[in-house]
Amino acid sequence: MSNPNTGTPLVELRDISIAFGGIKAVDHVSIDLHPGEVVGLLGHNGAGKSTLIKCLSGAYRKDAGQILINGTEVDINDPRDARAHNIETIYQTLALADNLDAASNLFLGRELVNSFGFVDETRMEAETRKIMGRLNPNFKKFNVPVSALSGGQRQSVAIARAVYFNAKILIMDEPTAALGPHETQMVAELIQELKAQGLGIFLIEHDIHSVMKLCDRAVVMKNGQRVGTVNVKDVTDDDILGMIIMGKKPPQAY
Amino acid sequence: MTDTPHSPQTATKADGAFTRFLRATEIDPRLLGMVGALLLIWAGFHLYGELVLGDGAFLTPRNLWNLSVQTASIGIMATGMVLIIITRNIDLSVGSIVGVVGMYAGLLQVEWLPPSMGIGHPAIWIIAVVFAIALGALIGMLQGAMIAYLTIPSFIVTLGGLMVWRGAAFLASSGRTISPVDTNFALLGGGPYGAIGATGSWIVCAIACAGVIWLAISGRAARKLHGFALRPMWAEYFVVGLSSGLIVIATLVVNSYGWPKGILKDYYATLNQEVPEGAFIAHGFAYPVLILAVVTLAMTILMTRTRFGRYVFAIGGNPEAAALSGINTRAMTVKIFTLMGALAGLAAVIASARLNSATNALGDLDELMVIAAAVVGGTSLAGGVGTIYGAIIGALVLVSLQTGMVLIGFGDGSYRKIVIGVALVLAVFLDIIYRKRIK
Repeated sequence: MSNPNTGTPLVELRDISIAFGGIKAVDHVSIDLHPGEVVGLLGHNGAGKSTLIKCLSGAYRKDAGQILINGTEVDINDPRDARAHNIETIYQTLALADNLDAASNLFLGRELVNSFGFVDETRMEAETRKIMGRLNPNFKKFNVPVSALSGGQRQSVAIARAVYFNAKILIMDEPTAALGPHETQMVAELIQELKAQGLGIFLIEHDIHSVMKLCDRAVVMKNGQRVGTVNVKDVTDDDILGMIIMGKKPPQAY
Repeated sequence: MTDTPHSPQTATKADGAFTRFLRATEIDPRLLGMVGALLLIWAGFHLYGELVLGDGAFLTPRNLWNLSVQTASIGIMATGMVLIIITRNIDLSVGSIVGVVGMYAGLLQVEWLPPSMGIGHPAIWIIAVVFAIALGALIGMLQGAMIAYLTIPSFIVTLGGLMVWRGAAFLASSGRTISPVDTNFALLGGGPYGAIGATGSWIVCAIACAGVIWLAISGRAARKLHGFALRPMWAEYFVVGLSSGLIVIATLVVNSYGWPKGILKDYYATLNQEVPEGAFIAHGFAYPVLILAVVTLAMTILMTRTRFGRYVFAIGGNPEAAALSGINTRAMTVKIFTLMGALAGLAAVIASARLNSATNALGDLDELMVIAAAVVGGTSLAGGVGTIYGAIIGALVLVSLQTGMVLIGFGDGSYRKIVIGVALVLAVFLDIIYRKRIK
């Protein structure tokens, strides 16, 4: 078995390494992602999934390796660089400023300004109402700090932030970890919709059923290294679990 | 926080009339609390004077005018301290920055410039003011860079600054007092000539009222444009009426404080006239108070209408999230401390102009008053929360307490310290209770 995709990948991480004080958090890992594809990243806590993906989102600087977008090598040194390449990230911690309202968080770092250069609060709120109406029609708390929102509502603010700015590459770090069944279903539908629009999505996920349902391919990591990559439709839950727990590579993996 | 959506008309019937009133007018209940405390303090001092001493001196034009001038330098610095504290830092060095900047600005205008430019040259005060603000900004920038890029805690950097700059102020003049300052410069500290008079004050009053009305109209138009819920008309009228009313009252107060006899005599002597019968020349708003008003307005716009202000709040709420959103948090820290330094430089101008001298002790312990003003005004030391107007009211509360006790002859300096210390702790305690209740 091999990568079913042909053509230039949307993103290619080649031979990425990063170490923290002598501990190799990510050790020569290569992965790729094509348009309209969902690639799951799996592994134990500490396997290096989040660290690897943070090199792409600009939160960390890789020690070695290359990042290619549409076949061209790019430099990503901070989150601004990543955003400039239409890479949006939904962090596990959501990365929301709790004391600000939904609109301020959605536009944080990219505020809409009027012709005087002042922040256009009303237009930002109007835009926020628009996108939230699409993502989570029940959302009504536009003028309270996000600290007053439920886990699901906070999640929808974080997702709206990623979706609003026309991401081409979306990174989702356990997007459903804090959600109830209904909201989890909503996120699943959203992923399908974005995928249909041609976005590439990296999905860090612990729940094996979500992976089987949502992902096209799955990359399994262990101790900072890549165990293998599988096409999800060719393998069973147990094959993937075996990779995660024992680092055992099934014959279908590549 | 309440679960109520942002539409005044949907206030539920279960709320009390007062709650509905607050929601319709969108008046911050904490602002109401702070203003209430301030009025209580004022009334208390006045009544004590009236009933016990037989002479209520607090609520007089003269005292209120002096109070406004005395609040200026602390208030100016408190607006900057709000930003520092919101971003989870502290600046203990502002009092010493006032000292060193005041001293160098004093040397500049008294000893360095006059030999070449001539005493009283009209450009001297401008050079001195620009120099003071720039020197303050430079010191702030230096401290900010150490905090942001060398990651030394702000408490330590500015504690070091507290000692270093105070020492530098002494060294600059070998401990001498530099006096008198340039005559034009001295006007920035207030006094009969350092105020804009009755006509000027009414012009300022008219501009301010027009600004209030414009804000209400443009705010309403923006909400209408996007189809958001509007305040009820009566609430708009109420807010505009209240704000304009306060501005008019302030103008009436400063315009009813006339020049003292000696100044009148000097003034008419320069005109070669006798002092006319019943002569009355009003002070009007003092220059330092106008400077405070402009700084307050500018800082409020900065904090509520610009990206910079957003980033200050975001860094205070969640520094990590701010960084992940592409905000350069280190550069922001440097900018915030630079701004604080510049404001301390401006405060040094006002403080030294008011004293008509630059002394080594200028601004001594100001840092504590400034921090206390910001905190009494509702700035949270946990970060992320604070307002500029709160800090100004906080400064007014503290300066009122301080000068009020002098006015009624309450004990000596040590009592004043005790009362202000207790007031600080009490104000923060009340704020904590309030925050718990609204949750």
